[in-house]
Amino acid sequence: MLDFLFGQLVATHATFDVVTLSDRTTQALAEDPWLAAGYALLGLAGVGGFLSLLGMALIYVERKVAAHFQCRLGPMRVGWHGMLQSVADAIKLLLKEDIIPDRADRVLFLIAPVFSIIATTLGLILIPMSPSLQVVDLNIGVIFISAVSSFGVLGILLAGWSSNNKWSLLGAMRAGAQFISYEISVTLSLLVVTLFAGSLQLSEIVQSQQDGWWIWRGHIVGLVAFFVFLIASTAELNRPPFDLPEAESELTGGFHTEYSGLRFSFFFLAEFINMFIASALAATLFLGGWMPFHIGGLHTFNGLMDLIPPGLWFAGKTTFIIFLIMWVRWTFPRLRVDQLMRLEWKFLLPVGFINLFAAATLVITKLYFFPW
Amino acid sequence: MAVKVSTLDERIKLTDSADSPLDTQEYFINMGPQHPATHGVLRLMLKLDGETVREVIPVLGYIHRGIEKIGEHSTYRQFVHLTDRCDYLSAMMNNWAVSLMVEKALKVELNDRIEYIRTIMAELERIQSHMLWWGVLGMDLGAFTPFLYGFRDRELITDIFEETIGCRLTMNYIQPGGVMDDIHPNFVDRVKKVIEYAKPKIDEYEELLSGNVIIQERLRNVGVLSADKATSLGVTGPVLRASGVPLDLRRVAPYGVYDKVNFEVAVGSVGDCWDRYWVRIEEIRQSMSMIEQLIDNIPAGKTMLMKPAKKTVLPEGSHYAQLETARGILGIYAVSDGVSDKPVRIHMRSPNYNNVWSADEMTRDSRIGDLVANVSSIDIVVPDIDR
Amino acid sequence: MTDEASPDNKQPESTPPPAPTPKPAPASPAPAPQAQEEQVEKEPELPKLVVDVCATIGELKPYASESDTPAVEVAPADLVKSLTTLRDNPDFAFSMLMDHTAIDRIDDGQFELVYRLYSISTLSMLLVSTKIPRDNPVIPTVCEVWDIAEWQEREVYDLFGVLYDNHPDLRRVFLEDDWKGFPLRKDYEDDFMLTLDVDKLR
Repeated sequence: MLDFLFGQLVATHATFDVVTLSDRTTQALAEDPWLAAGYALLGLAGVGGFLSLLGMALIYVERKVAAHFQCRLGPMRVGWHGMLQSVADAIKLLLKEDIIPDRADRVLFLIAPVFSIIATTLGLILIPMSPSLQVVDLNIGVIFISAVSSFGVLGILLAGWSSNNKWSLLGAMRAGAQFISYEISVTLSLLVVTLFAGSLQLSEIVQSQQDGWWIWRGHIVGLVAFFVFLIASTAELNRPPFDLPEAESELTGGFHTEYSGLRFSFFFLAEFINMFIASALAATLFLGGWMPFHIGGLHTFNGLMDLIPPGLWFAGKTTFIIFLIMWVRWTFPRLRVDQLMRLEWKFLLPVGFINLFAAATLVITKLYFFPW
Repeated sequence: MAVKVSTLDERIKLTDSADSPLDTQEYFINMGPQHPATHGVLRLMLKLDGETVREVIPVLGYIHRGIEKIGEHSTYRQFVHLTDRCDYLSAMMNNWAVSLMVEKALKVELNDRIEYIRTIMAELERIQSHMLWWGVLGMDLGAFTPFLYGFRDRELITDIFEETIGCRLTMNYIQPGGVMDDIHPNFVDRVKKVIEYAKPKIDEYEELLSGNVIIQERLRNVGVLSADKATSLGVTGPVLRASGVPLDLRRVAPYGVYDKVNFEVAVGSVGDCWDRYWVRIEEIRQSMSMIEQLIDNIPAGKTMLMKPAKKTVLPEGSHYAQLETARGILGIYAVSDGVSDKPVRIHMRSPNYNNVWSADEMTRDSRIGDLVANVSSIDIVVPDIDR
Repeated sequence: MTDEASPDNKQPESTPPPAPTPKPAPASPAPAPQAQEEQVEKEPELPKLVVDVCATIGELKPYASESDTPAVEVAPADLVKSLTTLRDNPDFAFSMLMDHTAIDRIDDGQFELVYRLYSISTLSMLLVSTKIPRDNPVIPTVCEVWDIAEWQEREVYDLFGVLYDNHPDLRRVFLEDDWKGFPLRKDYEDDFMLTLDVDKLR
């Protein structure tokens, strides 16, 4: 009966056409090079603007979330409910003196934060935010993201080494060990979804969740992969409880002890954008990305869900995961170095491999769809 | 003179023979004096082998003010004010120790009102000190939220102090011969309210930190200090009790009205960080129960039995009094010549100075993260170390 | 020796009546009559602990000066041996060195070193005192007996300049390594010190 009432809606439940900005540029290049150049510029400006705006917004959100977890208000003075606090902080960071330690390796010291921020930006352009809002849609998207995100640790290692500070070096070494270890678990859980979806392209992975998100369509395997991904990517983000590279009560500031002003803000920004990328990736791979909440076969329900624009779905899911990560940060204490390594090599890694094996079995036996 | 005097530079000279089979190089690193985990200006020289701490060498003196030297030039009543600035989280207990010493020497009998007020104040102070410690421990282990919880609840107690005493940190309230001033009329009500409020908060603390898997991992079997070693190292207070030695002066040598209240001495068994954590949490509960027993029964009476303006000359000889602060046994040792109202020598046996050295024993061959947990679980206040 | 110290030069005038005999002479071995009377009264009622300890360990003598804790005296040469016995003898079991400090008896030209022992099993406290000459302040260390002695002795070295023989790591603890002088000595002076000369002010 609902089908009868909402027949039209059901009709609109069609496939979403993914048009990325790079597609538009490629198409326009043949007809109108100026339009193509415009698209490319738009892409660049968009990513740059998004990067800084998102960074400031996330810092504001983090501070507010932290404040409310701790029974206080957080920033309240600058702007309405402290909305402009991040802007003020950004201005302060820009105007601060840029100190380079005397004995530091100057070139590497200057380059390190740039490495960090570039790796982050490269990851950002692949995220499908809605069918029509994606800069590039590589056919090896998943591999590209995991490759680029591990590139970011290079910046941290360089920063720690070039600072000529023992605390920084300790932090950098911790970061190196931590990244290399947890990268494996992240990749293993990404592979589970690529097995299910049969594609490495992010937009196709989203499309493949038209009949339900992988977090439950893969039965337990999807859920396990989701949690492994969440834990491992929190570790990759250097966020508590895995913030050992910058553990302020142990290493004073870890790898960025010697950084100040703009260069410090690059690391800071990269960390927050990385959090966004990890959350967006989790949303895309496990929670359907911009794909509305669909249950295979229930056309009416799916049609109703389609009323909400895909962009909002994406934003909602990403925000939820970001909140999860913040929640963990403001609740848990920090692990110790050896415990961190133990968690990865003795727990997450075996679980990840078993899970991957189970996923492969599910895919071969075609058990991963809902029965209907 | 044959006795060899060493310097810090000589102390931290590295020997060539690293005992590691990988032939890695050990190195020294400065933790502090400006470091987030050392609670002030404590400087620890760490001898590290990668992440592993081989040796902890505390380097003190960054806040050394020569309080004992000042004490030789000030009267006993003036010296009380200096003790506030040592262990500022047990300020009133420090005052009390000096007062106890003076009263013992002059054989001043105090009335019950003074003793009750002193005991209640000391226990309130112990609660707020442990609350602050709990928050700081959380922060040292990387959880920032407990820090604010601890401070939030501690504020309520310092509000009570402020109302009666006018100060929040360095109180100078307990004086030789009594207390500075009578308690505020609201005191009893407010204390009751705060205790009522704080009791469930302790359960909340336990929920937030104690049951957490990571906290358990970080504290259990970390920094084990055996009872024999602890005794030999002269540690006192919760650190000693966590190692299984039930030495609590409130129980074994009662002062104030501790002989009139029921309380249990929390004693650990293993002597690890977790025991030290648990002992302090339990002490908060016990202190609350003590205050509940006392608060309704404060008798009437005068609150100052010695004329403050009168010159206080202690009899000739040496005088010593000790009591249990939030961190351990504080002893005040004074030598008087029987003529002057200033001591020939006044010495504080400070609990923190004796406790801090156990950090090395606890931390050898464990990680930097453990060092932070250990230092935090000793609960040091640096001005009391350096004096 | 008595610890009868002559009043400081600074305040003979400021002392009101209670001081009966302000003796300016530094060497005054004869105790004040009052103190003598007290001592005569006190001697029969020595604390039981002191009697026991002195009976067991021959090197120890009851403390000559006034003290509110049971106190004994020992010669510097016998210090380590008798303290080890005090720790190990199960009757006393002084397992804790509660405190160790020094007193500058400048008039006698001596440092009095005070070891405050505490027994956790018997809950008793004993003060062991020993005196060393001021111009050659060397004393054997008791680090072997209690671990904490290492640092308590370092504090005394730092502030009084008492040299501990065989100490594993004898260096300054509060002051810098190149600090001149030992601040808690009565004759210590440095450029930063504010000295309040009451006589001159008047």
